Order: sequence, then structure tokens, then C-alpha cells
Amino acid sequence: MSVGTPPVSGEILLQTTDLTKSFGGIRAVDHLTLTIARGELRCIIGPNGAGKSTLFSLLTGLHRADSGRILFRGEDITRLAPFRRVQKGICEKFQTTRIYRRLTVGQNLLIPRAMRGSENGQLKWALETLGLADEIDRPAGELYHSHQQWLEICLALATEPDLLLLDEPTAGMTPDETALTAQFVVDLNAHGVTVLVVEHDMAFVRYIARQVTVLHYGRIFAEGALAEIESDQDVRRIYLGEE
Amino acid sequence: MSPQAAKELQQDPLPSGRPRAFWAVFGVVAAGLLGYSAVGDTFALSNLANFLLYVPMALGLGLLWGYCGVLSFGQAAFFGIAGYVYGLIAGNLVDVAGGTLVAAAGGIVGAALVAAAFGYFVFYGQVSGWIIPLLTLVLSLILETFMAQTAGYQWRIGRVLFGGYNGMTSIPSLRIGPVEFSGPTTAFYLLVVGLSLLAYLGLRSLVGSRYGFILVGTRDDIERTRMLGHNVDFMQVQVFTLAAALAGLSGVLYVSWGNYMNPSNMGLLAATLPVVWAAVGGRESLVAVFLSTVALRALADTLAVRGGEYAFLIMGGLLLGTMLFFPAGIVVSLARAWQRRTQSFGPRASRLAKSEREPGVLK
Repeated sequence: MSVGTPPVSGEILLQTTDLTKSFGGIRAVDHLTLTIARGELRCIIGPNGAGKSTLFSLLTGLHRADSGRILFRGEDITRLAPFRRVQKGICEKFQTTRIYRRLTVGQNLLIPRAMRGSENGQLKWALETLGLADEIDRPAGELYHSHQQWLEICLALATEPDLLLLDEPTAGMTPDETALTAQFVVDLNAHGVTVLVVEHDMAFVRYIARQVTVLHYGRIFAEGALAEIESDQDVRRIYLGEE
Repeated sequence: MSPQAAKELQQDPLPSGRPRAFWAVFGVVAAGLLGYSAVGDTFALSNLANFLLYVPMALGLGLLWGYCGVLSFGQAAFFGIAGYVYGLIAGNLVDVAGGTLVAAAGGIVGAALVAAAFGYFVFYGQVSGWIIPLLTLVLSLILETFMAQTAGYQWRIGRVLFGGYNGMTSIPSLRIGPVEFSGPTTAFYLLVVGLSLLAYLGLRSLVGSRYGFILVGTRDDIERTRMLGHNVDFMQVQVFTLAAALAGLSGVLYVSWGNYMNPSNMGLLAATLPVVWAAVGGRESLVAVFLSTVALRALADTLAVRGGEYAFLIMGGLLLGTMLFFPAGIVVSLARAWQRRTQSFGPRASRLAKSEREPGVLK
């Protein structure tokens, strides 16, 4: 598969309005309004505690929003059960790798609920690209760390999502593995999957992202093209620690 | 034991494919059990039938605990519910053709319905995993306490008395046409052998299916499985209900065997025993649960004849010892050890052979 022009359309795939979530006295996500178009590849960055992972948890339904709305393909999914959201087309790769370590790679891939029931060409391509096709009979717990991360991405892809949420997909990877993952994400996006990525590795972000959203204290601090964001002095101060 | 057989005993979940070796062993065991009816005396057949009738209940717990990760002390409750419901219906329909079959269906369905209702509140209520064993134990104990106070003539439905702590007596055995399946009959023995083997095969095929892998996924990481698009709460209710139906089958067979049911069948000891059987053999292996249930029932029977109440102490000791030293279960641990031994023997043998050709390699 070659890298094509990102198929960003005018159609809004995901929209959050005034989304708010507090834990005790801490407001992790604070009246967040975010719009993602179909076909986008968006990176969400921000310092620790900015609310990036909480935002993902609200989108997947792992956490219930205190207030605000989430629209996915125009449908209000704010109160929808997590498994129903997966069935609607949202799936997440968690921050810490969560695969079924005692099962083989092939057995792991039996578990996701495929929506369309036909052969998943995207999954087949992903397994081959990431080198997992040759490890189908291997227990997942015996895979290298990077392969475990990739397996979890493949588990999410097996649900045939329209919106893939990747929470720190390259954590703990070598530079080569990070580069492969970056190219994979770009290719996947070119394949038509809308991808939302939370990542700290700026080299990775620079490689994949066209649009970046910066979160700070649960709010959108800045949003725009990567070059603009990187040259923004306020972003550099809060995120990169520059004076 | 072949490596395939060792793998089968660990069964987590089933290896893919249906190895011929399995069916050969299964065929020999089934033929042996069925053939025993031709040579065993009535007492031995009745005893073995009594041990085997607990197999469906234990296998149900193996599925629920070993594959779905839900520890339940409620199997005894569903065993008792099915036994009592069977007794009530069979006692009232004793003169009706097929009455005991209706009673058997009623007993199993009754147990399953109670389990489905109980499971709905527990699993949809997202009750924590460690609370579920306590809730299921309380269910068993409440039912025992309730049934124990049902003495007196006011506690009757139709012609059947509940019987309080003395229990429900004179329950008719299952009858299909002219064949009566009472305890000391060969027909009952064959029925129990057939049903326990069928229960095993059915569950084996379930855990070997995609559904079985999703169950294992639920056990290993319930949140991940939910986030891969599965309604895991509903699946847990389904498995809890299926396990209860299997306990209900055992309950129906029990009253058909002994024509008697009393509240102690839902008491603390009765609620604990299925957990002991599953834990000692290895809860993640249906074969291990099957074997340990029959073996421990036989052991308890022998001890009860010789040492009275010491049987219970020994059962408790076995549970503690297994949990401490063989957390995966004795049968499963032995199978794993055997597999490691046979696997390590191969490379070692080839290294030795190589060292003879190339002196000094192993120095």
C-alpha cells in the first residue's frame, strides 16, 4: 500500500461539545469542544495530566462524561455503552498494552467482534506489514514488546473501526520500530481509517501529523498545522518547557 | 501419555483441530464406562452413578470459573432448586404419563431462570469479582435456611410436602415409558454415563469455539474484551445460567437416584464441594474437573464409610493444599510437568547424540 493524499473529507465524523469530566476536585476534561473530520489523522499532544487519555476514555465510554455531548457520525453516543460504541466504529489501543498474553496471536484475533463479517483485508495487510502474520501460532506473551503493541493495534483493527484511537502507540519502542509504526499509521490513514493519536514522541508526531491539537488542563490550548503549533511560543512554554 | 493428551488435560483453551487421539481415548473411556454396566454389580453401578451424577454440576463450574473467571458457590443452590422443583412436579404428576419428564424439564428450567435473574442483577450491576463468591454463597445458604423451616403440613403444594429439615421424601424416579431410572438400576447408570459424557462433549465444543475464546478473553481482561465490541455482561449471564442448568441436571439426577432431597444439599459443605472438585483437578481443564469430581466423590465416599466426619476435614485439607502448592490444580500441574519432561527430553537426546559425533560439545 502506498502513501496517498490523506482522504480528509468535509464530513464530520466526531464532534464533542462542552465535554467535561472531573475526578474528585480535579477537572480532567474541561468543556472540551473538538471536531474531527472523516479521514483525518490528528495528533493530540500536551503535558502529563492534560486530559488526553481521559478524553479517549470518554470517547470509548470507559468513563461517563459529567456533562457535554459526543456525536459520532451525527449520532449522540454520550450515554452509549462501550461495546455499542465499538459496534458503531470506535476502537482504542490502550496506553498500556492489553492483549491476551496466554493465547496465541491467532487466538487473540478471534476475540474482536468484526462488524461486517466479510474478510478483513485491512487486518490482513496490517498483520503482514507489522510482521505478525508469521507469528500467528506464537503465544502473545512471548512476543517482543513492539509486536505486542502492534498486536493490540491489530485487535482494534479487527473490529473494523471508522475511528481508531491510539494512546501512545510507540511507548517503549526502538527508533526503527517507531519509524515502522509511524509509516504504518500514515498508510492506515491513507486506507481510509480516521486516526486520533496521543503521543509524546515529537519525532513520531512530526512524521505522521498534519493537524495537531494541544491539550492543557483539559482544554484545547492550541490547534492547527504542526508547523504553526511548533512555532507557537505558548505551546513551547507549556509543553516543551521552554522559557 | 502423548504430548497431545498432556495438552488436552491443560486445555486452556482447547488446541485447535480435533485430534484423532482424543476421540480414540474418549471412545475407550466411554466404552469402558458403558461396558462396566454388563459386569458391575448393582451396588457398584449405583455408587458409580452417584459419583458421576455430580459431573455436569462440576463441569458447569469449570466453565464458569475456569473459562469465564467467575467463582461461584451457587451451584449447590441451583442443584437444590432443580431437585425440589422436580420433586414438587413429579410428586403431583406421578400418575401422568411423561410426568417425570415434565418435572425434569421444570427443575432444570427453574434453576436456570433463578440463575438468569440473579446473574442479571450481579453482572449488569457490575458487582466486583471478589463479591460474587460471597453473594452466591449467601444465595445457597438463604435457600438452605428457607427450606429448613418448611416443616409442617402448611408447607405443601398439591400432595407433596416440603418436609423442612427432614427433606422431601418419596420423590418418584425419572420414567420414560416402561423404563424407570431409579438409583439401583442399570438404566440409571447408563443414563448418567451418557449425560455426563454429553455434558463434557458439549462444553468441550463450546470452549473450543470462537465463543470460548471470547469467554477466556473476558476472564483474562474483561475491559479489553468489552472494548473489542462484546456485551460481556450478557455473556456472563449466559454462562452463569448454563452452569446453573447443568447443576440443575445434576439435581434432577440426584433426586431420581435417591428419591430424596433435603436442605443440606444447599448448605455450606454442599456449596463448597464443587469448588473443591474444580480446584483440585484444575478449573481450566474440563477433563481435569471431570476426573477430580469422580475421584473425590469416590474418596469422600470411602472416607465417610471408614472415618465418619473426617472426610470433610480431608476435603478441606485437599483444597488448601491444592491452592497453596498446585494453584492450577493437581491434574493440570501433572500434565504440564509431563509435557515439560517430554519436550525437554527431545532436545537433550539430540544434544547427546550430537556430542557422540562431535566430542567435547557438551564439555
